[in-house]
Amino acid sequence: MFDLDKWQEILSTIKKNKMRTFLTGFSVAWGIFMLMILLGSGNGLSNGVAANFMNDAVNAMWIWTGETTIAHQGLKPGRPIQFRNDDYDIIDKLPGVESASGRYFMGNTRYSYENESGEYTTVTCHPELNDVEKMELIEGRFINEVDILQNRKVVVIGKDIHTALFKEKPALGEYVKINNVPFKIVGVCIEPGSTRNRNAYMPVSTAQKVFNGSNRLHNFAITINGKTLKESQEIEERIRNTFARKHRFDVTDESALGMYNKMENYIQTMRIFQAIKIFIWIIGIGTLIAGIVGVSNIMLIVVKERTKEIGIRKAIGASPASVIGLILLESILITTVAGYIGLVLGTGLMELVNYSMVQSAGDAAQQGETVFLNPTVDFGVAVAATLLLVVAGTLAGYIPAKRAASIKPIVALRDE
Amino acid sequence: MITLNNIHKSYVMGSSKLHVLKGIDLDIEQGEFVSIMGSSGSGKSTLLNILGMLDNYDDGSYHLDNRLIADMSEKKAAQLRNEMVGFVFQSFNLISFKNAMENVALPLYYKGVNRKKRNTMAMEYLEKLGLAPWANHMPNEMSGGQKQRVAIARALISQPKIILADEPTGALDTTTSYEVMEILKEINGAGITVIIVTHEHDIAAMTQKVVRLKDGRIDEIIRNGELKAFRHTYTKELETA
Repeated sequence: MFDLDKWQEILSTIKKNKMRTFLTGFSVAWGIFMLMILLGSGNGLSNGVAANFMNDAVNAMWIWTGETTIAHQGLKPGRPIQFRNDDYDIIDKLPGVESASGRYFMGNTRYSYENESGEYTTVTCHPELNDVEKMELIEGRFINEVDILQNRKVVVIGKDIHTALFKEKPALGEYVKINNVPFKIVGVCIEPGSTRNRNAYMPVSTAQKVFNGSNRLHNFAITINGKTLKESQEIEERIRNTFARKHRFDVTDESALGMYNKMENYIQTMRIFQAIKIFIWIIGIGTLIAGIVGVSNIMLIVVKERTKEIGIRKAIGASPASVIGLILLESILITTVAGYIGLVLGTGLMELVNYSMVQSAGDAAQQGETVFLNPTVDFGVAVAATLLLVVAGTLAGYIPAKRAASIKPIVALRDE
Repeated sequence: MITLNNIHKSYVMGSSKLHVLKGIDLDIEQGEFVSIMGSSGSGKSTLLNILGMLDNYDDGSYHLDNRLIADMSEKKAAQLRNEMVGFVFQSFNLISFKNAMENVALPLYYKGVNRKKRNTMAMEYLEKLGLAPWANHMPNEMSGGQKQRVAIARALISQPKIILADEPTGALDTTTSYEVMEILKEINGAGITVIIVTHEHDIAAMTQKVVRLKDGRIDEIIRNGELKAFRHTYTKELETA
């Protein structure tokens, strides 16, 4: 039952004993505050890094060729390995490969439109590249299957190229000259992982035809459907074996065929973050325990300090239960309010940090140039930690309060 | 009103046992003004604590208002204290963070009287004791005499049948002591039994009945009529001292 009179008595006690109230409250508020900051920072760091990885597909893999360094089947080392269109068909159909895009390197390419011109990188690709590198189309579309089949002379340009060549004018549907060959612009894109958008994308089949590429390819960008590190390594192994057999190089020859498995990298980084999270939790729990010890200590002192008061109250007719109730309710009230304050301040600070970082990073933040993202704490965890401190404070107060309430008032009164 | 029958009380001090009260038989009627005297260690404070239900006794029987006071739960004892007894202590025992009015009102809080009513009543009692202007002062802003008057007001507010005072003048100078005794006399005049513990003869001489304790037993009881003789002995004692 809500007893207004009891609460008035407790509130007046709190009001008259500001120092005591402050000390009890402070150790709780500080504990929760530090816990929020610790967990928030941990989450922010791990969210930030995870977001950076998400700029490209997590399950992406890049494969490129080089020269052999190991003699194999009677062939001398130093032999260049060259991918061709039939290699694309092989890798595209290999089990475990979700989508694949081939690329033919064109070297420097000059883009010109009316009087403006500049040199930019041309990425020749299959439509599947968008599954791997996740470009963001500002307008228009990406390269599609029909472009490849009909060898259409179309191009998707990066935003920076658009700005440089067209200024404010719309580029979609215009023709831009690439090494003096006109191509129709079908899309403008940005790369979420980068601040530079100076790449242009062209159907790989068109590039091979127009720029004398024959059926040569230089690398593949693929996504794989391996969920675990082991699965992804198996797929990596399968690709390596397949190409080694076809191009006759030693399977262990790393320079004949280079591979970068993003999944592997991602999983390893996430493992590090898992470890950091555990570490943060250990420190967090340590902070909580320090808070609990602090509250317990203060409650012991409070009860000691109030022994005489308890004696007086008992002499004039307070029952032991009402004395315990008075002390415990006071401690619960203080720890709850203080815990809440710590919670609000801690999460508030983390929100502020988040806000100021988004502000200062500006566009870069949207493009993933941050290692700190959304540094917030799970609400349930925050509330549970606060409750834990409140319960600990109550328990810590209960034992000495019960003892104080059960000693004879005459003994309590003698206590100076 | 109060009937003590062969009361024994001993304290365990580590390994040794200290037998403080060795069989006290005492009757106190309603409306009496009694003082308990004795040298230190004679058991006078222990006796008062037992009378006030602040302490248990080991053997014998204690009847208060025809009710046997023995083996009570803490809760019951607290309730009886609140109803029957008002305490006045040597060191006042006011709650330091409460002002005079709140201190006086506190027993009513444990009686379950609402805040407004108990504050009004506290003001009435403070006024009776001439402390109305000091109602909002904290204990540390008041003189010893004022603090003791606040304590008396607090003892009176629950309208007890008995006032128990443990050395009520022990921390006060002579003039203030006499003022406090006048107040206690007035209270007694209103029909409330007042029992004080003191070692000062002049204070004891103001009461109607002096119970002298010696080594845990009642040495002598000096009644109203014999107080003259008591005063005589008292002056004689002063001369020898």
